[in-house]
Amino acid sequence: MAAMLQSVRVASASFHLPDQCSKLPAFSVCSLPVIRSERSSSLDPIHGTRSTRKVITKAVAAQAENPAAAASKPGHELLLFEALREGLEEEMDRDPRVCVMGEDVGHYGGSYKVTKGLAEKYGDLRVLDTPIAENSFTGMAVGAAMTGLRPIVEGMNMGFLLLAFNQISDNCGMLHYTSGGQFTIPTVIRGPGGVGRQLGAEHSQRLESYFQSIPGIQMVACSTPYNAKGLMKAAIRSENPVVLFEHVLLYNLKERIPDEEYVLSLEEAEMVRPGEHVTILTYSRMRYHVMQAAKTLVNKGYDPEVIDIRSLKPFDLYTIGNSVKKTHRVLIVEECMRTGGIGASLTAAINENFHDYLDAPIVCLSSQDVPTPYAGTLEEWTVVQPAQIVAAVEQLCR
Amino acid sequence: MAQIIHRSTNLLKPVSVAVSATRHLTTASTTPITVETSLPFTGHNIEPPSRSVETTPQELLSFFRDMVLMRRMEIAADSLYKAKLIRGFCHLYDGQEAVAVGMEAAITKKDCIITAYRDHCIFLGRGGTLMDAFAELMGRKDGCSKGKGGSMHFYKKESGFYGGHGIVGAQVPLGIGLAFAQKYCKDENVTFSMYGDGAANQGQLFEALNMAALWDLPAILVCENNHYGMGTAEWRAAKSPSYYKRGDYVPGLKVDGMDAFAVKQACKFAKEHALKNGPIILEMDTYRYHGHSMSDPGSTYRTRDEISGVRQERDPIERIRKLILSHDLATEKELKDTEKEMRKEVDDVIAKAKESPLPDSSELFTNVYVKGFGVEAFGADRKELRAVLP
Repeated sequence: MAAMLQSVRVASASFHLPDQCSKLPAFSVCSLPVIRSERSSSLDPIHGTRSTRKVITKAVAAQAENPAAAASKPGHELLLFEALREGLEEEMDRDPRVCVMGEDVGHYGGSYKVTKGLAEKYGDLRVLDTPIAENSFTGMAVGAAMTGLRPIVEGMNMGFLLLAFNQISDNCGMLHYTSGGQFTIPTVIRGPGGVGRQLGAEHSQRLESYFQSIPGIQMVACSTPYNAKGLMKAAIRSENPVVLFEHVLLYNLKERIPDEEYVLSLEEAEMVRPGEHVTILTYSRMRYHVMQAAKTLVNKGYDPEVIDIRSLKPFDLYTIGNSVKKTHRVLIVEECMRTGGIGASLTAAINENFHDYLDAPIVCLSSQDVPTPYAGTLEEWTVVQPAQIVAAVEQLCR
Repeated sequence: MAQIIHRSTNLLKPVSVAVSATRHLTTASTTPITVETSLPFTGHNIEPPSRSVETTPQELLSFFRDMVLMRRMEIAADSLYKAKLIRGFCHLYDGQEAVAVGMEAAITKKDCIITAYRDHCIFLGRGGTLMDAFAELMGRKDGCSKGKGGSMHFYKKESGFYGGHGIVGAQVPLGIGLAFAQKYCKDENVTFSMYGDGAANQGQLFEALNMAALWDLPAILVCENNHYGMGTAEWRAAKSPSYYKRGDYVPGLKVDGMDAFAVKQACKFAKEHALKNGPIILEMDTYRYHGHSMSDPGSTYRTRDEISGVRQERDPIERIRKLILSHDLATEKELKDTEKEMRKEVDDVIAKAKESPLPDSSELFTNVYVKGFGVEAFGADRKELRAVLP
């Protein structure tokens, strides 16, 4: 039973910030298809106009255009949803008891393409298209898990799982306890949540704050393709019910991940950027806002330590504690609402355990306690922006 | 005729070796007897099975014995509750024993049963012992759920009993999940998802039924219609009280739930149907003598005459008694002796359970997570940084 976890890490995990605009190609094309020639004088024979020049919008990131150069680097590059799919596929190959159920996961391939191609490979029963009945198909997954299957429930949007709250809380979380240990419920409940691009209030919910007090479940949030695949595999292999929070805006992140198989620990936090002055704790999409703020902070002379807590329940107080002992200042940046969010619990936990090490009160930046508005500018102001993070660190480090 | 003869030995195991005076162990105990059910079956979208049920003297006597044990257990639980040894909620099943006993006679331990909170007798039928039951009711650590579940959370994984659920209707999707797993693993067994007339109005039930019918899952939905959803009579809660018809495209059967042989016949029929054609609904017309739970006197919404009327005319134990006497399988005195024996057995187990220890305080934190994956309490000084995954 003692298989070691391999947290094999690529030496420099480069990641791209999500495009601020919708996914446009790196160069602009004119409306008619142009066959590009290798000649430098690119004259379009039809239009007589100059054909397009390749515009490189991001001077910094590795475009990996040259196949030879790409092949020499270890690992392979993929998008976050592909990483999730890879993890899922590997686990389904490994264990025939793993099955997926959710709305449009089968023939449609998943509304975020996480399960694309799996139904053709594994069949309709193993990748099950359910009717729109969250309460009962989550209950069905729990019942199947009681007999030994390992179902993965996909909520098309995390907000829809509120309909299944009773099944998740009572049956998923508590059955192991109320049966005196007779039944284990090795389900994974996953889906995208968080504030997206003007999706409206009901489709922009952050359920981690509602689920966090359910005893018996574990909650993890992935933020990069690397940890998405690792956490997906760990969640499937875990005997406990795990809720895996993905984020709507992070599915198209690209990263190079190792070719070898790896599984991450569900209870560990990730050190994104070691530092000395302040500990910034964050997870999911806010990690990118924090990293953006970190660039500005570094330019201003601060040295923030950024930790992606990843494990929302239980908190990795070991990693967090060591960081607090080093920096003595904590800033929490989260996407949950102010009231009763993950940040609130984390603040309480750190205060209880590490009070003596703190030089300043913990600052927690969360989303506003409002339903997410549709208008773009208003929506931007409901979540924490990098400028606010910079201001908070400056305040904290005074 | 493949009778499941060993079925009742689980109940008989803890019985003292006092040789029963009944004649069932002697001659002709497996001679088939044909019994007519009290009422014909009514079918919805299906041809109902015949009223004639094959049985044996041994089965008749074991039915009697099991039902008397169940009745005795529930009455004893009543007095224990009043003596404050059982706390919280206690939902008693007396009056409905025929459903538990008849169902067991038609199936194997590989088939799954899942039910709501009125689960004491079904637990017993599935092979749970009296000690497991009473210890759990009194919150002792020898209980089937280590004292951490209580009256509404009896489970027995080895015999396919999946509980024991407190939230009305939530067990039906779970039952469909059990059937899904049976279909996934292709093991030719069925799942009986039981619920009451109150739960029959839950949306998740219809959601689950839709899915079961869509994928032809071997699920049998059993509505134990005791005509009262806690304090609300069925005609005040449901526009259509024909619960067996509510499946629409799913066939249904209405069964007299106070007749153990009708239940047995219906369950056997349903099992064959489910394995071939997918889900079927069984409505068991039954009755509970006690109120909804121990905090409900049971007389504010129904008359005492109604209760005593049912007890006189439809009591399941009396029906079996009459059958035994009319077929001359035992004398009145022998049956009375059996009842006394069962009473003594229950009293003995209660005395033992009263002495059994309470759970240790450390048990508060066990079984929250499967051991090894964190949280018994993850403190700041957690020494193990890495968890071990299989």
